[in-house]
Amino acid sequence: MTLNGWAQIALFCGLVLLLTRPLGGYLDNVMAGRRTLLSPVLLPVERGFYRLAGIDPAEEQSWWVYARAMVVFHIVGFAFLYLLLRLQDLLPLNPQGMSAVAPDLAGNTAVSFLTNTNWQNYGGEATMSYLSQMAGLSVQNFLSAAAGIALAVALVRGFARAESKGIGNFWADMVRVTLYVLLPFCILLTIFYVWQGVPQNLSSYVEATTLEGAKQTIAQGPVASQLAIKMLGTNGGGFFNANSAHPYENPTAFSNLVQMLSIFVIGAALTNVFGRAVGDERQGWAILAAMGVLFLAGVVVCYWAEAGGNPLIGALGVDNAAGNMEGKEVRFGITLSTLFAVITTAASCGAVNAMLDSFMPLGGMIPLINILLGEIIIGGVGAGLYGMLLFAILAIFLAGLMVGRTPEYVGKKIEAREVKFTMLAILCAPLAILGFTALASVIPVGLAGPANAGPHGFSEILYAYTSAAGNNGSAFGGLTGNTVFYNGTLAIAMMVGRFAIIIPMLAVAGSLASKRKAAISAGTFPTHGGLFVGLLVGAVLIVGGLTFLPALALGPIAEHFALLAGTLF
Amino acid sequence: MLRHFRASVVMLVLMTVLLGIAYPLAMVGVAGAAFPGQAAGSLVEKDGKVVGSSLIGQSFAGDTYFHGRPSATTDTDPADSTKTIAAPYNAANSMGSNLGPTSKALVDRVKEDADKLGKGVPVELVTTSGSGLDPHISPEAAAWQVARVAKARNLSDAEVRALVARHTEGRMYGLLGEPRVNVLQLNLALDALPKR
Repeated sequence: MTLNGWAQIALFCGLVLLLTRPLGGYLDNVMAGRRTLLSPVLLPVERGFYRLAGIDPAEEQSWWVYARAMVVFHIVGFAFLYLLLRLQDLLPLNPQGMSAVAPDLAGNTAVSFLTNTNWQNYGGEATMSYLSQMAGLSVQNFLSAAAGIALAVALVRGFARAESKGIGNFWADMVRVTLYVLLPFCILLTIFYVWQGVPQNLSSYVEATTLEGAKQTIAQGPVASQLAIKMLGTNGGGFFNANSAHPYENPTAFSNLVQMLSIFVIGAALTNVFGRAVGDERQGWAILAAMGVLFLAGVVVCYWAEAGGNPLIGALGVDNAAGNMEGKEVRFGITLSTLFAVITTAASCGAVNAMLDSFMPLGGMIPLINILLGEIIIGGVGAGLYGMLLFAILAIFLAGLMVGRTPEYVGKKIEAREVKFTMLAILCAPLAILGFTALASVIPVGLAGPANAGPHGFSEILYAYTSAAGNNGSAFGGLTGNTVFYNGTLAIAMMVGRFAIIIPMLAVAGSLASKRKAAISAGTFPTHGGLFVGLLVGAVLIVGGLTFLPALALGPIAEHFALLAGTLF
Repeated sequence: MLRHFRASVVMLVLMTVLLGIAYPLAMVGVAGAAFPGQAAGSLVEKDGKVVGSSLIGQSFAGDTYFHGRPSATTDTDPADSTKTIAAPYNAANSMGSNLGPTSKALVDRVKEDADKLGKGVPVELVTTSGSGLDPHISPEAAAWQVARVAKARNLSDAEVRALVARHTEGRMYGLLGEPRVNVLQLNLALDALPKR
């Protein structure tokens, strides 16, 4: 660990804090349908979209209608993406002549991109045509992110509104986020990434003759435009197999910094949107503070674990000063590799710039824990905020139990109905993670997956289902996931992780919106101070610890002690 | 429900045209006009032929060149398409080794390389990168190879060291990233030295 390393980490954190409030203000304006700088250009486009689709953007939807619109949109998106992947060999923009994607892989991939997971059981440059990447995967990168933000805003409206039936209009929310936020930022980001060296072309792969006379085929493609939304939408699905470790997908430390900021910036800004909506920005900062505490703890442990290097390699007479460099790139080194890993799993991004499978046992455990806790540290665009707000409801409920009065959060009474739906949302993902991991650990088709033996092999399986149910998409990449068993079970885990959280969450939103606002009194528990932040962090850690500690003990913790004893697998 | 279905289909078609066709194609146009070199993949030409990309590492085995890091990329086995074979720096199939820290395969591989290279070899010369295409090595890893390259090329150590220093890139603004040497650029510079 070096002074420079800490300075780079501090720079990143400072920039996120600087961007939170201005972007929060902009998002708030967009979602409320107010005029913005871009309205003169985009308003006609927006209205055209509504007219063609037969939508009245002013129509308020109940939580149930909102959820139905969202689900139907996902089903149609699935069918379209599945067909595109199955037919890519017959369609244009396929200079490398990629064949059709197999049915189970196409199904898994379609679910994966629809649910904002971007788990990839394929290598992009060896599987996908340019058309599939652009018109299929990129489009779902935009739309799944827009849906996530729309859903978070719907929950925020639940808190902000009083005695209201509606929580907004799904179509208007999605269209506005896409047109006013995601697309304009992506255009700027694409140009920046190309400047840094990311390719953006439709050429066939380049045949080079190396200095020593060998042939080298270099994959190309419209990388930058997909990279921009992959990061900003916390999707994380790489254009290339190596994701943001690939020098074409992340050429410089500067592109790396912007990618890291892209992952966090919308999620952080949404906490500010929440604060503005409930009329007290401190409420947003309190949520962000709780996220920050958990984030920094992860960074410190992960950085420490990787910077120390692998003692088994040091014992071979290798100079280990640079740290554990297996699976890492020289231009990023230990600092930016570990920082990226913590960010990408704190949010539900899942892009990687180093191979998590080759992290030290405790270093690799941090990304795993981040996802297991529910990706509430900033989280996926939208998903992080609604995840954390569900934990806030739980925390405030626990506090209410301790003092024996009906809890309130930002003026809304938290009662049995909200707590039941909250617990449903919080418990479904662990059920999928632990259930499928247990199944895959005992049956032959599951055990055929991991490339590494011993506890690390178990970690690979656990990580896969964690990543899927958490809609993250990063991987301990040694697992061979492109089998019917893994394609199927991972797809189910991804759907549970998305819909079994969203639908109860929308029910909470609807229930909250219909309540009247309670006046603040001397007996109201303040939810913008240090005590509440501590309570919230505590609730997150207790739920996560109780649920997952045994599984972690079998994987990374067992491997750590094996490593100390010098045991190889 | 039917209303949602119609809205979903129309919305998806409109979004696909805008985000999946118009946006990436417009970006191909803008990128090609503003940054033609980068947009085309930062290709490097020598005597009119493409010898690689300045961003993509390539395999070097001879003593006259600086070597990059080991690479874990693979290719389809030409004899049996269901199997793969080792193919370092295959830029059409990026990947890391995905070997865990307690993997016997990892330790055996590092031991073999470390025994060949000698005691005290910098760690990145015996570990594979995340992409298998890392174009860089650290200045320490370059310094480690200076004597070998100088001898093979009949140059003095000082000359080669000076060349390495010229091709060492520092951190951005002295802060971001890590110091590094681009192996292909360095080797091209070696080849460009006057012959003796």
